[in-house]
Amino acid sequence: MDHISHVLWQFLVKWMTDFALFPPEASKIAPQMDALYFFMVLVSLVGLTIVVLLLVSFSIMYSKKRHPVAVQIEGSTLLEATWTIIPLGLFLIMFVWGSLIYFRIYTPPANAMNIYVVGKQWMWKAEHPGGQHEINSLHIPTGRAIQLTLISQDVFHSFSIPAFRVKREAIPGRYTNVWFEATTPGTYHLFCTQYCGTNHSAMVGDIVVLTPDDYKKWLAESTSGASLAQNGERLFASLSCNACHNGQANSRGPSLAGVYGSHLTLANGGTQLADEAYLRDAILNPSDHVTQGFAPIMPTYQGQISEDGVISLVEYIKSLNTNYRVEQTLNTSTLLPEGEGKATPAGQQSGGAKQGASAGKGTSGQGVVKQ
Amino acid sequence: MSTDTIVRLPDQATARIPKVNFLSKENGLLSWLLTSDHKRIATLYLISITFFFAIGGTLAGLIRLELLTPQSDLMAADTYNKVFSMHGIIMVFLFLVPSVPATLGNFLIPIMIGAKDLALPKVNLLSWYLYMIAGVMVLYSMITGGVDTGWTFTVPLSTHYVNTNVITTGLAIFVAGFSSVFTGLNFIVTIHKMRAPGMTWFRLPLFVWSNYAASILMVLGTPVLAITLVLVVLERGFGIGVFDPSKGGDPILFQHLFWFYSHPAVYIMILPGMGVISEVVSTFARKRVFGYTAVAFSSVAIAVFAFFVWEHHMFIMGVSNYSTLVFSLLTMLVAVPSAIKIFNWSFTLYKGSITFETPMLYSFGFMGLFTIGGLTGVFLASTGTDIHLTETYFIVAHFHFVMVGGMLMAFLSGIHFWWPKWTGRMYPEKISQLAALITFIGFNFTFFPQFLLGTLGMPRRYAAYPAEFQVLNVFSTAGASILGIGYLLPILYLTWSLKYGEIAGDNPWQATGLEWQIQSPPLTENFTEIPVVDHDAYDYEWLEKKEKEVSSVG
Repeated sequence: MDHISHVLWQFLVKWMTDFALFPPEASKIAPQMDALYFFMVLVSLVGLTIVVLLLVSFSIMYSKKRHPVAVQIEGSTLLEATWTIIPLGLFLIMFVWGSLIYFRIYTPPANAMNIYVVGKQWMWKAEHPGGQHEINSLHIPTGRAIQLTLISQDVFHSFSIPAFRVKREAIPGRYTNVWFEATTPGTYHLFCTQYCGTNHSAMVGDIVVLTPDDYKKWLAESTSGASLAQNGERLFASLSCNACHNGQANSRGPSLAGVYGSHLTLANGGTQLADEAYLRDAILNPSDHVTQGFAPIMPTYQGQISEDGVISLVEYIKSLNTNYRVEQTLNTSTLLPEGEGKATPAGQQSGGAKQGASAGKGTSGQGVVKQ
Repeated sequence: MSTDTIVRLPDQATARIPKVNFLSKENGLLSWLLTSDHKRIATLYLISITFFFAIGGTLAGLIRLELLTPQSDLMAADTYNKVFSMHGIIMVFLFLVPSVPATLGNFLIPIMIGAKDLALPKVNLLSWYLYMIAGVMVLYSMITGGVDTGWTFTVPLSTHYVNTNVITTGLAIFVAGFSSVFTGLNFIVTIHKMRAPGMTWFRLPLFVWSNYAASILMVLGTPVLAITLVLVVLERGFGIGVFDPSKGGDPILFQHLFWFYSHPAVYIMILPGMGVISEVVSTFARKRVFGYTAVAFSSVAIAVFAFFVWEHHMFIMGVSNYSTLVFSLLTMLVAVPSAIKIFNWSFTLYKGSITFETPMLYSFGFMGLFTIGGLTGVFLASTGTDIHLTETYFIVAHFHFVMVGGMLMAFLSGIHFWWPKWTGRMYPEKISQLAALITFIGFNFTFFPQFLLGTLGMPRRYAAYPAEFQVLNVFSTAGASILGIGYLLPILYLTWSLKYGEIAGDNPWQATGLEWQIQSPPLTENFTEIPVVDHDAYDYEWLEKKEKEVSSVG
């Protein structure tokens, strides 16, 4: 008996320590979502209590023993209006509140650090702009807005970080976005939550949140040599894209410098914002996206480039903007400056980095690396 | 709380089962297989639906056993995926969708409106055959390797990446869909055309109203599912590319098409169940349903809104942020008629004269569990909280509360309520009340922990999970074993009652519906002469008056 209770005790202690009833709050949005969640729990409890109280008290008061003859009542417009309008009002509050959070989670800020994530059966592959690759894990610093650009190479997957209260589907054929700002260093679950076949439940990983200092160290240890944009530049050359997109006045394709983020006029007269999704689609389905003034002669690259390759190309095209590459380089592949992780180069040039970068068109980025 | 609360009319205590009734009229297998009597077809459905429920339930038991431990040790991940897929497919398409309409609806709708049969009796039989063909196809695909796409057949997983019986199962659901459409059409035509003299729309029992609303959903929604499945089969067989982005298709299109049916399908399941609750609560409170018109119209409102909320299954799938606003708002609106129903049922009890026989206990269970299921639906309708909770066990708990806690409780309530009419015999009251209690406790034990698991972030459809989720999973599995007993008991004692049950008499509950004014079990043609209806539904004063007349004559 003594022996058994000892084992039981061990079991209980182990269980209770492992036992969690609520996920940790490790992102800036988590407390906001939890506030709405608890508001809803409260409303639900009140609602349920009212229903149960009505059922129980009427059952007692009007049981056949106490109340042998039923009184026929047709209804009551006032009562019915009450229990139509009050729930409606509460639901509308939850609708507005929820929508505000939703728009926040799916509208990344302009200065977010972008990490690409490719989902495939059955792994998550994260690609940092500095060229670092990770499988089933994602290292990020605290205190910075991180944007994930997700895509799937095969079936639907869904990138879920319960501790951050964010989740986004990775879909074949299109980029999706989500962003968050981690607040507490630690290791958190990463799940694939969209059923994706045999090893769905093995498509899990770790979100490793580091302090900016530790993140710096991690970046330095896992530098891959070439950034995504540099890989893209090589790919751009090897696919002979530069035969047409060379920026010459008489070239067969439009110049790609500055194209990212601009509004293009298409051959069919429409305008189109050149974002990541557009760039990807224009590489894979060029005939759908002919720019005004150019012939529809570009071949499709569908099936010839992997999603990783497309990501590199897109990053390269983005880097052809004035200061984009510098910012991305500053963001990830070089050392983060001390203090809040703002994109300022270490020490001397506080606040001058952005100006320097935009003036120097990518060269000052190299300088910072050396420093 | 016992049988003596049922007040029997004196002649019913010594009553015998009438020699001529729909069950005894003809004998032999062929007389059943070629019948066009709606009551016999309902009986065929009841037997076959119970069979498939047993299979689906066994699969559910296997799922819970596997989840007892964090590792996938009872079965391999691949097997687990097939088990939960088959569980979903069988339960949704072969049990929940047809359950109340095809059994109770089939049995009751013609009688409730004073008709001798459905408008299209042979089509009704065809519906059952289509259902059985679909069932056999599903069983065939299960035995010959199974399907591992989940019940949602999500592309491109189902079209390009799995190597299982997707085509057979998809076509099975396609066939089952026809069964559903024919049943819906039959109900709509019958309710429009075959009502007895005096049976106006606003004298219809609410069970008829709710089945009418569900029939509209079946007829309008199911073809979209059929089209979707045909596209999946064509895409899988011939690579036509509608859902394949590399051929210019779009996998999101599948989601739109699939959920355009499959969200309304939830209401196909729940609306007829709500009809049962209206009948039961009214009968055992001996009161007209509070706000009859509001309850009737809330069924129609749910049916209409049901078609405009499908995108709430796709809030995190890369649809436009602004479209989610619209669909979130519409989803909130659909919760309102459900709330109306719950409050109207509660107030039906007010100043009633309530007894607590088994059907009433199940109905109380329904109201409690459906309230929780409905309220947690609001967590998912609100886009903000949906992001965190969707695709987790919160979803699993939510829809089991609605569909199992709600729909299945209503089904059991209805089966017990109309069992005396159907078979001419009573079920044993005490053990049934116990079964209702066990089901309620087991249900909460099983599914409530899953809300917590979902909030913690445990994804659904996982064969293995992190160790910290184990405690809640053990609770859930323990609850499932209690729930299993709760479902097994009715199957046993209802079968027992067929031979040994007390003779019920025509109107054991002293209810007002037309079905209670004829013999139990009914004649094949229901009514010897078509009744003329001169009173509203649930008019207990009319019933008392009629009983006085009968006793004064006698």
